[in-house]
Amino acid sequence: MTPFQAFLSMGGYAGYVWPSFAIAALALGALLFASLRSRKATAAELDALETQAGEEASET
Amino acid sequence: MPWLQRSTLGLIAAGLTLGLFLSPPDYQQGDSVRIMYVHVPAAWMALFCYTAMAGASAAALVWRHALAHVAARATAPIGASFTFIALASGSLWGKPMWGTWWVWDARLTSMLVLFFLYLGYIVLAGAFDDRERAQKSAAVLAIVGFVNVPIIKFSVDWWNTLHQPASVLKIDGPSIDPSMLAPLLLMAIGFATYYFWVLAIRMQDEIMAGKIRALRLRRAESEAGDRSS
Repeated sequence: MTPFQAFLSMGGYAGYVWPSFAIAALALGALLFASLRSRKATAAELDALETQAGEEASET
Repeated sequence: MPWLQRSTLGLIAAGLTLGLFLSPPDYQQGDSVRIMYVHVPAAWMALFCYTAMAGASAAALVWRHALAHVAARATAPIGASFTFIALASGSLWGKPMWGTWWVWDARLTSMLVLFFLYLGYIVLAGAFDDRERAQKSAAVLAIVGFVNVPIIKFSVDWWNTLHQPASVLKIDGPSIDPSMLAPLLLMAIGFATYYFWVLAIRMQDEIMAGKIRALRLRRAESEAGDRSS
């Protein structure tokens, strides 16, 4: 077994160690991604509304 | 918040390097002990986030500060994620070490209750058409549910269970080797900066959403005013 294979096998606990780290990475990554995307969408919506409000104000 | 982003990524990278490569396997648990480096920080943050959420909810009810509700609402999904990670990684650690994925002991059950408290808060905070009422009910749930936090913390001392008692937060100092304590603390601080990073993103989102609601309301009122005049 190469050192890299030995590392991957985690002393026989690979099936428990790697899923633990994967679940943590996926959960934290997904929440970060969703939060960034939602903020971007909200910012775009607010921007559109404010531009609209500004145009209406300049018309009157 | 670029500095929060940078410190989160740096701390977690350092924690993973120490935890996966440089720290030794446990003399009893072998390499399965490395699950600790996600399990324990996630569990700490699950309690930290709930405490923050309950504290912000109490501040919102007492001082009626608008940002306090925003902070509590923004914290809930982050805390729920940490609780989920603690439960899932705990289960993956329990199978090889205890011989079971799950036991209905005090620590595991009270952590599951914490997860449902977070979900209950999220559902309740979005449940009513009347925002004020929804936020108030959710805040009351967060405060009442806080009794669960000391129960989780002391469950391993009050009841004899499969789950081991604390080995870091002890009165007479940590009983864990520095080679394992270092990655554990790096990951814990990294998870904490992750919380503040995502909290800032979610709070900015909520504040902008509030401005959108205010703009829409003003427009609806002015249109109603135009029609009546």
